[in-house]
Amino acid sequence: MDLLEQTAARFAALAPACDYWTLRLVEEASEHLEVRQGVVEPSALGESLGAMITVVAGAGVGYGATSDLSAAGLRAAAQAALGWAAAHAQCGLFDGALYPRSDLRAQYRCAVAEPWDSLGLADKLALLQDANAALEIDERIVDWSAWLAWRRVRQLLVTSDGGRVEQVWEFVSPGLAAVANSGSQTQHRHGGGADWPAQGGLERIAAVGLLAEAPRVAAEAIALLTVPECPRDTRDLILTPSQMVLQIHESIGHPLELDRILGDERNYAGTSFVTSAMFGTYRYGSELLNVTFDPGVPGELVSAAADDEGTATSREYLIRNGVLERPLGGRLSQLRSGLPGTANARACAWDRPPIDRMANLNLEPGEGSLDDLIARVERGVLMDTNRSWSIDDSRNKFQFGCEWGRLIEDGTLKGLVRNPGYRGISAEFWRSLDGVGGADTREVRGVQNCGKGEPNQAVYVGHATPPGLFRAVDVFGGGE
Amino acid sequence: MNQETFYLLAERLFEGLQGAETLFCGLGWESSDFVRLNHNRIRQAGAVRSAALGLDLIDGARQAQASCDLCGDLDEDLARARHLLGRLRERLAQVPPDPYLNFSTTATHSERWVAEDLPDARAVVAEVTAAAAGLDLVGIWASGEIREGLASSIGHRHWYGGRSFNLDWSCYLETDKAVKAGYSGLTWEPAVLAAKLAEQRRGLEVMARPARVIEPGRYRAYLAPAAVAELMNMLAWGGFDLKSHRTRQTPLLKLIRGERAFDPRVSIHEEQDRGLTPGFTGEGFITPDRVTLIAAGRVADCLVDARDAKEFGEPVNAAGGSPGSLGLDAGELAAAQVAARLDTGLWIGNLWYCNWSDPNDCRVTGMTRFGTWWVEHGEIVAQVKVMRFDDSLYHLLGDRLEGLTCERELLMDPGTYEGRSTESALLPGVLVSGIELAL
Repeated sequence: MDLLEQTAARFAALAPACDYWTLRLVEEASEHLEVRQGVVEPSALGESLGAMITVVAGAGVGYGATSDLSAAGLRAAAQAALGWAAAHAQCGLFDGALYPRSDLRAQYRCAVAEPWDSLGLADKLALLQDANAALEIDERIVDWSAWLAWRRVRQLLVTSDGGRVEQVWEFVSPGLAAVANSGSQTQHRHGGGADWPAQGGLERIAAVGLLAEAPRVAAEAIALLTVPECPRDTRDLILTPSQMVLQIHESIGHPLELDRILGDERNYAGTSFVTSAMFGTYRYGSELLNVTFDPGVPGELVSAAADDEGTATSREYLIRNGVLERPLGGRLSQLRSGLPGTANARACAWDRPPIDRMANLNLEPGEGSLDDLIARVERGVLMDTNRSWSIDDSRNKFQFGCEWGRLIEDGTLKGLVRNPGYRGISAEFWRSLDGVGGADTREVRGVQNCGKGEPNQAVYVGHATPPGLFRAVDVFGGGE
Repeated sequence: MNQETFYLLAERLFEGLQGAETLFCGLGWESSDFVRLNHNRIRQAGAVRSAALGLDLIDGARQAQASCDLCGDLDEDLARARHLLGRLRERLAQVPPDPYLNFSTTATHSERWVAEDLPDARAVVAEVTAAAAGLDLVGIWASGEIREGLASSIGHRHWYGGRSFNLDWSCYLETDKAVKAGYSGLTWEPAVLAAKLAEQRRGLEVMARPARVIEPGRYRAYLAPAAVAELMNMLAWGGFDLKSHRTRQTPLLKLIRGERAFDPRVSIHEEQDRGLTPGFTGEGFITPDRVTLIAAGRVADCLVDARDAKEFGEPVNAAGGSPGSLGLDAGELAAAQVAARLDTGLWIGNLWYCNWSDPNDCRVTGMTRFGTWWVEHGEIVAQVKVMRFDDSLYHLLGDRLEGLTCERELLMDPGTYEGRSTESALLPGVLVSGIELAL
């Protein structure tokens, strides 16, 4: 019996008297390698192991988390959970008996074609040295880095109802960054997987072109130094998948989180312009807007068998043909609100409780290629790779900036522009969606820094998306 | 894990070092209660007890780092740490010499304890919900003890401990109409909470008036200290660390080059002498009490961590590149005169979700949030619907700066991403002749 199984058995033997309990054990291993300006940065190994105990007692629910997995440590965490459950029973927002019970027995193990350890440290560093050297193409490149990160998460969730969910995720995250400068103008360009994370092993290195991308990344950073600013105007806008990820994340994902709609996040991450009454009727976007919660896409960051409350995952439409159908809310939020939802109660680690998160939130493909979308634009801008993001606490008024912009005139890509940005209002922006690329243009991407919650939690979130065409958007460039 | 146990763990590890190896051990320990509140009721409550050990193994010019969670049992923790040390030792044979390896070779010692008697968290939460009866209060109570330690085989011994609380909350009238407050410290005083809730109740009365909708454009504005904190957070993002300056990535590039300047009344410091953060770095260096980052509107010193110090040939003065105890000098504008001096314009209580719009021009975008008011002839007349600003700090802290308040507010960071933050900022309010609203 391994350590997680032993700990689960130990806890089952000492579990407190209560109506229901869950034990979520999380074991993580990680490694970060980086070469900057030809110098190998200190490599960092990481190991983490801890337990989150949730108890339901009467009308109360509470949690206790600990890195002490001895009998005494688990017992102390359970007692702390019971203490807070008693407080909740006296002054809780909802009846603790609502807390979802799970007897699910499931497993998930992400596919890894080339294990992290199948390549030695010296070979990994040699690869990073090569990629890093390939970025140094000009004296205007003033800083340049190549990195390779690995993270493996094994989680075992057991419940007093006989539930048992074991899941293993593995991520290899390569990336490149080049910084170019001339006078008082500095430009960044990223690539080689920096904004293209996914589950998997070392096969991710070739998939995102860590080595092959380096000359392009550096050349583009230099090119941005001398090109015109993106014009300040109202124009059509094409977002490549690398920026669509952010657009979907901020202006569809967050507004649809049920805990925001329920008010839990109003003091920190914010509320939502979406209300409970909108589901089933509200036109969120044009007919082309089809958004799914999809835990089954191979390799996507949060593909999984179950969430951290022990609810089995399933693919669900959130927005179909532009009409809002269901929010992103785990079982507890569903019970509190009376709305349907998704299996997305997730925690970032063993020391944080689950809350409503996005998991995999995808834009379903339309038709045609990127060139087909460009051909339909008379006067517009194409933007690629997010560099700046800001949106109001109701997730409505947004402003995003990108690293790379190209003008579009009469259906053809034209000159490069720098500091491209655009702003709009979520409730209106998606109604201007006038083109979505076909299945061949869809890229399975995501973000690794989605912050939310009190106490704060940062999680991975998957987004698969084609490019999108939006009509009549306010665009702008840099300068005071 | 207490100080004695941590030092014992470290010493046992030092006994196993081989040859000329040097080892730095770092501890991060936390025992906290977290209580989320919504609609003035408990939404999610619990306790977290964590302990993590950091290891930096050095042999000659090579180094490798690792971290692991600790369970609290000395023998088991030693086994985990020794296993990691073995992996690091193998790793040292495969990594090249590190030209920027830099650690203190003088066995320094320090101890800092920041604590009073904390109240029982359950009792305080009950007190808060009772005091806020009738209010739609949402937020978080966080309290408990934090410990950080450093021990090296050279002889460094540093310890920081603190017990504190941080109540961060807002009270809602409806939808996005809310006023925000925070109360943090070492000693819980019910009267302070009562005063803050009373102030919020007065704010909610104004919130009940019809909100003012304003068009994009430039408006006179007063930025309260909490709003100024968001702007300082942006400057802290690449504005002050030496590497960003030397690699020309800093948003203050035009300031460095003399192409732009802040107002001479703008002086910013890292104020470690506030005593709320550990006064040592992970490499054993003692950080100075005070580093002046902006002096009279001009770039002064940078924050220099150990690695950057070696790369760029400067002395170490910080554990990292971002301030942990930022201070903006006070001005001469009395808080009581702010509304009159503003006359007609925006009173911005909080800003939210700021990001660089164009870092080359120090241009920031973000949102107004919570208590933002329309002021006419020195009187608050209505709440203003949330607005997006997009403006350069060279204007807001430069040619459009009219005054800084003589009173400053100490704002304790309620952040909990990597455990409970010990960071703080001591800030005045800022009166500007104009801020650009874009949406």
